[in-house]
Amino acid sequence: MPKKIVIVGGGSGGMMVANRLARQLPDEIKRNEVEITLLSNTEKHIYQPGYLFIAFNEQQPEHFIRKQERIAHRLVNLVYDDVQIIDPGTNRVHGDKSTYSYDYLVIATGSHPDMNSIPGLSEGADNFYTLEGAEKLRDKLADFQEGKILITIDVPHKCPAAPLEITLMLDDYFRKKGVRDQVEIKYTYPIGRIHSLQPVADWGLPEFEKRNIDYETFFNLEEVDSKKKVAITMDGEEHSYDILISIPAHTGAKAVIDSGLGDEDGFIPTDRYNLKMEGSDDVYVVGDATNLPISKAGSTAHYQAETLVHNLISRVKGRPETARYSGKVACFLENSLEDASMITFDYQHPPKPATTSDMLHWFKSVYNELYWLNARGIL
Amino acid sequence: MRQVDFTKQVDARGTYCPGPLMELVKSIKRGQMGDVIELISDDKGSRVDIPEWVNKMGHEIANERLEGEDYYIAVRKMK
Ligand SMILES: Cc1cc2nc3c(=O)[nH]c(=O)nc-3n(C[C@H](O)[C@H](O)[C@H](O)COP(=O)(O)OP(=O)(O)OC[C@H]3O[C@@H](n4cnc5c(N)ncnc54)[C@H](O)[C@@H]3O)c2cc1C
Repeated sequence: MPKKIVIVGGGSGGMMVANRLARQLPDEIKRNEVEITLLSNTEKHIYQPGYLFIAFNEQQPEHFIRKQERIAHRLVNLVYDDVQIIDPGTNRVHGDKSTYSYDYLVIATGSHPDMNSIPGLSEGADNFYTLEGAEKLRDKLADFQEGKILITIDVPHKCPAAPLEITLMLDDYFRKKGVRDQVEIKYTYPIGRIHSLQPVADWGLPEFEKRNIDYETFFNLEEVDSKKKVAITMDGEEHSYDILISIPAHTGAKAVIDSGLGDEDGFIPTDRYNLKMEGSDDVYVVGDATNLPISKAGSTAHYQAETLVHNLISRVKGRPETARYSGKVACFLENSLEDASMITFDYQHPPKPATTSDMLHWFKSVYNELYWLNARGIL
Repeated sequence: MRQVDFTKQVDARGTYCPGPLMELVKSIKRGQMGDVIELISDDKGSRVDIPEWVNKMGHEIANERLEGEDYYIAVRKMK
């Protein structure tokens, strides 16, 4: 009987884990000592950071989408199934089509924006956190000649840099269109500065001031009235808008919630170093699905995948699991459609934004292509 | 040692992004009125920005203490 490793979710984290395992255990898989099954509820693999570029029509949506079978390694058993229940009690995963038993399980079911988290949000707000949202916003922005764009942010949400990036990119987009004087851009944030990271807030604020981007802090959205076109905050204030770009609170996957494995937001309590689900020795969690208080980002999923794969391989080979996740995260910070900064940090080292440059924007564009090597487990 | 009865404890030590205050905002938002959330942070900025947010939003500080570099703050949700 082979050792069965089952991975639920074929997004950034799940795909990287499956492919890295396949590349590092080819002989064991061929000898039928190990079997790697990747369960995906979608045939598409989407590079989500691409949504930012879709919204500004900088790239076509197809540029960021591949078929799962084109990315999964040939030694990975890729199965399309929508997992309903994960049952660590019996080491089984129940999908729509079948039930899968496992020796080791990796949960990589991600997170998604909850457009119903605030009354009126789904009717009144646009977003760039889903493919449909980014496409709809692209068409609205293309037609927009004058008026007010309001940006609101709720927690938790993935990619903590993206709301700041879209704001700075909007400024550049409308300048290039020659209508910036007629477009008011207002950014808001729930706490007393424009980003949770002080160094990032210090990086962005002078840009806001220099480029006439309005902002309001301690802004906590409570309701949207799409008829009156106002966003209502916790203090009862009404804020008008013509386009409301909202980053709603995120939740974990339904299957995680239905299986009773998540916290109140559907995120799985996870050990911050060995990435095992709390209270379990055989279940690992990677990427956005964890409850770890760190950035929900593709780079997080990548660095976690490195740790987790190393330990799983050691385990399969009967060796000790010694790799520990350091908390490493790396994020680009787009400053316009032409230049960018970046930050890296971990549990021990705070971030410090790099000097903004055209080079870093170019590097981000290159990474958008290199991602596919990453997902294949090559890079 | 538990110094105050809390509904939930959030250990945000060693986390920079989204950071301790955002973890608190999230927990308070999800909690019920009267819940007490205790947050642990080793970021010096938390000693200023957390009480500032709590006061501004009309919640209540139920307990606050330093244990070495670790700052413990228990916040009662008031609305
Ligand atoms: C606009 C935007 C910009 C971003 N920019 C950046 C950036 O610049 N840098 C960065 O590092 N990160 C960025 N991110 C974040 C990054 O895309 C995510 O953090 C990353 O994709 C998380 O990987 P994951 O594997 O945890 O989840 P995902 O990639 O979301 O994958 C989860 C997968 O699980 C599947 N799934 C869910 N439930 C089930 C089920 N029941 N059965 C089977 N399959 C299931 C889903 O269909 C999906 O395929 C950005 C995100 C957005 C939206």
